[in-house]
Amino acid sequence: MNSHVDGVTREACYHCGLPVPPGSQFRTLIDGEQRAMCCPGCQAVSQTIVDGGLDTFYRHRDKQNQKNDRITGNSEQRALELSLFDDPDVQHSFVRKTAQGEREALLVIEGITCAACVWLLEHHLAKQPGVVRASVNLTTHRARLVWNESETRLSALLGEVDRIGYQAHPYQPNQEEALLEQEKKRAIRRIGVAGLGMMQVMMLAAALYAGDIASMESQIVTFIRWASLVLATPVALYSARPFYTAALRDIKTRQLSMDVPVSLAILLAYSASVWATFAGSGEVYFDSVTMFTFFLLIGRFMEMQARHRTGRAGNALLNLLPASALRLEGEQEVLVPATRLRVGDRVLVKPGHTLPADGRIVSGHTSVDESALTGEYMPLSKAPGDLVVGGTQNVEHPVVIEITETGSDSRLSTIVRMLDRAQAEKPTVARIADQVARYFVACTLITAAAVATSWWLIEPQNAFWITLSVLVVTCPCALSLATPTALTAATGTLRQAGVLISRGHVLESLATATHVVFDKTGTLTEGNLQIQDIRPLGGSDTDELLRLSAALEAGSEHPIAQAFTPYFQVRAEHIRNHLGEGLEGELDGRKMRIGTPLFAAQLAGITPPPAPDESGLWLLLCDTDRPLGWFRLDDQIRPESAQTIALLNRLGLTTVMLTGDGSSAADDVARRLGISEVQKGMAPEQKLSFLKALSDTGAEVVMIGDGINDIPALAGARTSIAMAGATDLAKTNADAVLIANDLMRLTDAIRLARKTRAIIRENLAWALLYNVLALPLAATGFIAPYMAAIGMSASSLVVVGNALRLSRRPKRDR
Amino acid sequence: MSIIYLLIPIAIILAGIAIAAFFWSVNSGQFDDLDSPAHSILYEDDEELIPEDVRPEKRVKGPDTDTKHD
Repeated sequence: MNSHVDGVTREACYHCGLPVPPGSQFRTLIDGEQRAMCCPGCQAVSQTIVDGGLDTFYRHRDKQNQKNDRITGNSEQRALELSLFDDPDVQHSFVRKTAQGEREALLVIEGITCAACVWLLEHHLAKQPGVVRASVNLTTHRARLVWNESETRLSALLGEVDRIGYQAHPYQPNQEEALLEQEKKRAIRRIGVAGLGMMQVMMLAAALYAGDIASMESQIVTFIRWASLVLATPVALYSARPFYTAALRDIKTRQLSMDVPVSLAILLAYSASVWATFAGSGEVYFDSVTMFTFFLLIGRFMEMQARHRTGRAGNALLNLLPASALRLEGEQEVLVPATRLRVGDRVLVKPGHTLPADGRIVSGHTSVDESALTGEYMPLSKAPGDLVVGGTQNVEHPVVIEITETGSDSRLSTIVRMLDRAQAEKPTVARIADQVARYFVACTLITAAAVATSWWLIEPQNAFWITLSVLVVTCPCALSLATPTALTAATGTLRQAGVLISRGHVLESLATATHVVFDKTGTLTEGNLQIQDIRPLGGSDTDELLRLSAALEAGSEHPIAQAFTPYFQVRAEHIRNHLGEGLEGELDGRKMRIGTPLFAAQLAGITPPPAPDESGLWLLLCDTDRPLGWFRLDDQIRPESAQTIALLNRLGLTTVMLTGDGSSAADDVARRLGISEVQKGMAPEQKLSFLKALSDTGAEVVMIGDGINDIPALAGARTSIAMAGATDLAKTNADAVLIANDLMRLTDAIRLARKTRAIIRENLAWALLYNVLALPLAATGFIAPYMAAIGMSASSLVVVGNALRLSRRPKRDR
Repeated sequence: MSIIYLLIPIAIILAGIAIAAFFWSVNSGQFDDLDSPAHSILYEDDEELIPEDVRPEKRVKGPDTDTKHD
């Protein structure tokens, strides 16, 4: 924002879309042009893609790739993990031998964003020697890989997936997922039957209507009715079954939902038509039955697709814990799968590696990056005796830890359990359509009863048919289409705009939201340290200072050092890392130190100069004679954050920031963004209870976050939204994901949600109006069946057309 | 008009066959991925299937002969 280092807008990385650091020299020749890359990782990935002749990928993708730090970050650990996958014991659970002696593995691929990714993965893998078949599913992110064990090894193939910027995990389908798969297949079969049945019955119905106007031989009419009966039966009895089971469940729990009138309408119209066909008198409504079923099934299917889309990755913790660990057995280091670690084992964790389980440090001093758990990006120093948590990253020195907890007792699993509980306690959102349905069903049934009794008294022989036509005319076609069509259209629009909705209630709750709660690190800010300011003291200019400091920091893997990586030119000699203080090294024969003021000034033998007032992390660069300059490091605020907050305030929403960070930086960020309320230093449990307290005051809360530490809070909020860069666990549990990684989309979503609510109300009003007008006509026996059918279709079309207004992209007033 | 006594049953049988075929294709996994097949037709990765003599010259494969601009 107010950075002195990069005043100009930064170029976006051609591969992953993140800003390219100033002075970056990473470039790849793609499509005859040099494209800027943000880091060596993206450069290597894009080079692999181009060298493989697969550069068409860049022309066809419609989204930027995801950056995968895990691969580019610590290749050594990844190589160790991959080599484990060649072990037959490890392969046992997800690899099987085919009849031809080939091996087949099921994998989950991380990082797939669009159809072009699928194409790239399939083609890159198919080119590898020994690969027989590779197919990737875009919806579930699952891959099926068949290879010849004599020509290649699984680890080599998984390494190839890494090389093009994705990450493959073994996939073990659990029962829940197998059920979802079944549910989806059943739904598609039901739609197929309903669609075919509908088309055929419609054709016959057209003949019947024509026959009503010009007269038709009664023999042929009877025959066509029988044919319609044959075609409509599977639709009414097989395709529409989900409505019946849902209605039965609702009746048992004494609720009236939309499923009840829907089932009633389908069953009554169908059985009356069957009766009419057998008796050879009265009217048939097979066309209405099939069309109604088909439209409703389509709506339900779209809802289900959206729900499944976020793709539940096999084991959500898989991505946080490493697959392998170095266990110390006597004097030997043995590589074992992390799942085989037991309490009391001693494990060596090298710098840059992830801790495989909770434990206590036995020997070695280091600092540990706990950002995955707490959101705090500054590593904490750890000494022997200190407890460390599985899933966090060792930053500086090798340490030996003794495992204290594994599996379900570990800290990570506790957070996941907390999430499950919060999810279960979440109150269900009452839907507008269901509320309307309750009154509507009651009214229809009462009216039908009244009509039946009065006609029974006046003209008993007509009573049944007139009552039935009342029920069919008031068939809640338009009413039950009113909400799903609007929601489907809005969901589709938001998806194009970069907001993926995975739970049905999101649009309704976004429209009524009163509070928006943000996490700080990774949500309002970019979530990593960047150099914000350089203050030379004395002779050197900023470029020279950057060159010197980057040379020193090249010796460290600390997040502070990573802020200097873009400016790296030469490496200093004799670099020594002083834990928690800074780095010392030699460049051009000059001895220099960078780090805390006290530490750096020691080299020159002076007391450190006072640090500038501005908040942030100040580092001092010193040589043996004098201090050279100050560097201010801070987490970069997202460019669109301030505007988003301003817009949200203008929409009448209260903004709150919840952060695990306890420092004054939190207040600083809030002040700069104009956030009204700040809660800092919050543990995951506190975040959850804060949200609960807020909801108890009647607030409707939208929570936006990205880390593991936000997950319980995300689950506790009425609506939860995860950032695109969030951990998989957060994404699969959030109600929506901002896949464009742009906070502005949130305001778009809220605005569209409000518009959707208005349109749902219009639709409901229209459907009710139609029913109110048609009811008296039907009750008095004036409505011919074809008139009822036309009226019903027309009202449905109006409702659908009105809902389609939501598919226009929302305009922004910037 | 009596022909419809034959034609309508035939239509019903055909619809039955279509449903059977549809069930088979769903069960064999052809509907598992509803998104990517729609895109896959657009990728120009079928050069080796085009006969030599009609192959457009611009599209020579290989990383070093990238002459395409779009």
